[in-house]
Amino acid sequence: MPTIVFEGARSALPISLVQGSYIIAGLLFILALAGLSKHETSKRGNILGMIGMAVALGFIILGTVLGVSDTMQLEVLGQQTLVTGFIKQPAFSWALVVIVCAMLIGAVIGVIRALRVEMTGMPELIALFHSFVGIAAVFVGWVSYFAFAASGHFDPLHSGELFVGIFIGGVTFTGSIIAFLKLSARINSAPLKLPGRNILNLGALAVFIVLTVVFVMAPEGSTGLVLISVATVLSLLLGLHLVASIGGGDMPVVISMLNSYSGWAAAAVGFTLDNDLLIITGALVGSSGAYLSYIMCKAMNRNFISVIAGGFGSDGGVVGEEKDYGEHREIKAPEAADLLKNASSVIITPGYGMAVAQAQSAVADLTQKLRSKGVTVRFGIHPVAGRLPGHMNVLLAEAKVPYDIVLEMDEINEDFPDTDVVLVIGANDTVNPAALDDPASPIAGMPVLEVWKANQVIVFKRSMATGYAGVQNPLFFKENSAMLFGDAKERVGDIVKEL
Amino acid sequence: MQIGIPRESDPRETRVAATPKSVVQLIKLGYEVLVEAGAGSHAAFPNEEYEAAGATIVNSDMIWGADLVAKINEPTDSEIASMKKGACLISLIGAPRNPQLLEKLAGADLIVLAMDSVPRISRAQSLDVISSMANIGGYRAVIEAANVFGSFFTGQVTAAGKVPPAKVFVSGAGVAGLAAVGTANSLGAIVRATDIRAEVAEQVESMGAEFVAVEAESQQSTDGYAKEATADYADAAARMYAEQCKDVDIIITTALIPGRPAPRLITAEMVATMRPGSVIVDMAAGTGGNVEGSVADEIVTTANGVKIIGYTDLPGRLPTQASQLFSQNIVNLMKLLTPEKDGQLTLDLDDVVQRGMLVAKDGAVMWPPPAVNVSAAPVAPAPPAPEPEPQKKPRDKRVTYGVLALCALALLALFTVSPTGLIGHFMVLMLSVVIGFYVIGNVAHSLHTPLMSVTNAISGIILVGCLLGLILVDQTASLFAGTNLIILILSVLGILLASINVFGGFTVTQRMLKMFQKG
Repeated sequence: MPTIVFEGARSALPISLVQGSYIIAGLLFILALAGLSKHETSKRGNILGMIGMAVALGFIILGTVLGVSDTMQLEVLGQQTLVTGFIKQPAFSWALVVIVCAMLIGAVIGVIRALRVEMTGMPELIALFHSFVGIAAVFVGWVSYFAFAASGHFDPLHSGELFVGIFIGGVTFTGSIIAFLKLSARINSAPLKLPGRNILNLGALAVFIVLTVVFVMAPEGSTGLVLISVATVLSLLLGLHLVASIGGGDMPVVISMLNSYSGWAAAAVGFTLDNDLLIITGALVGSSGAYLSYIMCKAMNRNFISVIAGGFGSDGGVVGEEKDYGEHREIKAPEAADLLKNASSVIITPGYGMAVAQAQSAVADLTQKLRSKGVTVRFGIHPVAGRLPGHMNVLLAEAKVPYDIVLEMDEINEDFPDTDVVLVIGANDTVNPAALDDPASPIAGMPVLEVWKANQVIVFKRSMATGYAGVQNPLFFKENSAMLFGDAKERVGDIVKEL
Repeated sequence: MQIGIPRESDPRETRVAATPKSVVQLIKLGYEVLVEAGAGSHAAFPNEEYEAAGATIVNSDMIWGADLVAKINEPTDSEIASMKKGACLISLIGAPRNPQLLEKLAGADLIVLAMDSVPRISRAQSLDVISSMANIGGYRAVIEAANVFGSFFTGQVTAAGKVPPAKVFVSGAGVAGLAAVGTANSLGAIVRATDIRAEVAEQVESMGAEFVAVEAESQQSTDGYAKEATADYADAAARMYAEQCKDVDIIITTALIPGRPAPRLITAEMVATMRPGSVIVDMAAGTGGNVEGSVADEIVTTANGVKIIGYTDLPGRLPTQASQLFSQNIVNLMKLLTPEKDGQLTLDLDDVVQRGMLVAKDGAVMWPPPAVNVSAAPVAPAPPAPEPEPQKKPRDKRVTYGVLALCALALLALFTVSPTGLIGHFMVLMLSVVIGFYVIGNVAHSLHTPLMSVTNAISGIILVGCLLGLILVDQTASLFAGTNLIILILSVLGILLASINVFGGFTVTQRMLKMFQKG
């Protein structure tokens, strides 16, 4: 069979090779996430992810620089002929230099940040990373718009997809930036309470749909440019408002939600560009974030919609009615040390307060001391402890607490009755018995660590102030609990000294 | 104040009311501890260890002259007589069946706390010797059964053929019953258990046994102990027991009703239907027996070769363990009685636990105490409100399927009007979402933060989109003017930001994963 090869297309990358690399990268990404299901396989998972990324980027960059070709069987002058030609032209001559430079700068910044970040600062870093995906999706949307405008040909389907990509990307970008600012305490983490929050959010969504429809019908000229600009600004404002309305304690849900959005943004870009790898990766990330948000909401006994639509207790300021709970008891470090010395099993339940006080290494010292004295020490982690799913686990791992003594709430809740001493460090709402006993409590029905069933509970706390939910904690007034006031790090240090 | 720990006068008693470890704790509470020479010899606690723990080894007279005497068994008359007036005695008393003993104790002007009269409330669990001894008894019952049973408990496949596992039936799922269930289960037997309280089925199943319910109206307990059953129930129960007897190899009965003779659960006829070589352990043999034909403290072999074990000293057959738990219960009681840790006994009669245990004081019998009402199950449901709120009905299955079908139809309609390219992409999207949910569902909670940073890294694949701009620029015009310049800037910025994600995300994940270490 005769063949025809267009000029330059011989050195281009065959499309089958590029798409093959997508399949391999997609599979490797799935294996990467699957590897994270267990500690034993987690490092391998991460490395598989890196390989997948390297394969995909390698072929795609090559394809960008050399162009992508395809071969088809066509009838030429009445004869079946194999025709090879470009389906994507090569980029301009020094594109490779541009790509490598941009990636190198990005890599240096990324690696430095990744190596320097404190584990307590992980939530901020992850929020920042989400924002990059969001803004990149907006950039791709605009680039595609300019390309369509230059070619003068707007495909209605792709025009619509382009809008969706920009919208999700914009919401992700400003939402993540606000989350980052709140988490790093650069702005107040209290929820912003604009009147008619829900109307504003729904209104923005409705306006966006109208803009999309208009754009699909009339994308050309200056109207198109105005429409896409308005849609971009609208999405940025919506992201801003959405996350500004959510309070600091709901951050685990917000971060997971933004994780999900960043995935959907990538998937939407995949639709615009007809790129299956972006769709696969975006869908994986999107469903991962959605699943995490679901777990977090379940752990707080909250409705997902009510969390993303606005902060906790913002519906008219729910505060538990004042009740007389009786007197709390105070305990000093030497007595606490004495109790721990004589205990045979101890459970530590850390919360966000431990991260704030940077007490994790002091806690790890205490754990080691007690274990060397033959005391069984375990950790009970509530799913929403901290500001990020799994945050406490990472902090404890950093302080070299072995992961097999760090258990989830469901694994350890039954063991509290057989436990001698429980140390509550910087946790409040996640150990509040009112969630189970008091149907009138704002946190009623939330699953909690049942620490009060242990023989003795020691609560590390700065003062008698209420927790994030603004609910008083009857645990502090139980006869088997005692308060150890002061900075958690110093107090734990005092106990270690006594031991 | 001095605490005296005597050597038990009952020659069959192997336990002791204090161990070297508990002595340390008692001394910490401010007490001076006297231990009679040889008190712990049966339980493997030599005098030297007590001395090392801080106790003084003395003779019998000094023990009985102490301000407080803690022992295991009910005191004998001579022991009561040798105590000081107003002194305190802590031991098992058996108050419900020993009214004369209570009179004698009151007559001697002693303060007596009965370790077997601890009210069954959660706060008092740490001093409940009935529970701690029952736990040991349940364990030992299975061991005794295994000792005389002629086969394996666990099933095995050997070169010589297959061995079926033994079937164990435990009657009564209290502390002893549950301990027996757990022990038999860990030996590999097939375990079934029953209890008059249907509410304990969950606990039985959590210990690895199958719960056998009696097909009759069940009862609820309000004081934490089982009660005597109704006649109707008894018939149904008898049928169930008869059936089990024909099937199982080992039966362990634990049914006790406080202060009453034990209920007769298994008749001689039922025993006669059991296979030769079967074993029954009657843990209630001391109070009349759950099994017809059981004799206290003996092994009886029936005509058809069934062995009935009636030991009443099962906890005492693990003397070290039993002493440890008993003495810990006493320490926990002393903690309650010594809130100031100053070695002074402070009795608080408003405390239901202390009041419940107090059987004699100031020359008066203090038993029985006012009733305490507790139960594991919720109290009887409140009378229904006059206007019950409309209850949420579980959604009809047909409605669910209907909604699903409608969704599928709507999607189909959507796809028929959309271009083919979109459908292909949609297929990829849907499958990836499903895979994503399944894969993420398996991720351990503790790895959620690394999961997020890995997804951060892989969502940096959006870099692919930014590369597009480098192809889309108009190569015939200048790169640094007009639209070309905007496209170039946006693309390069996008590549840079996405690279931060890719490299930063993978690096920080690797850093975190390296921190996780197994202990």
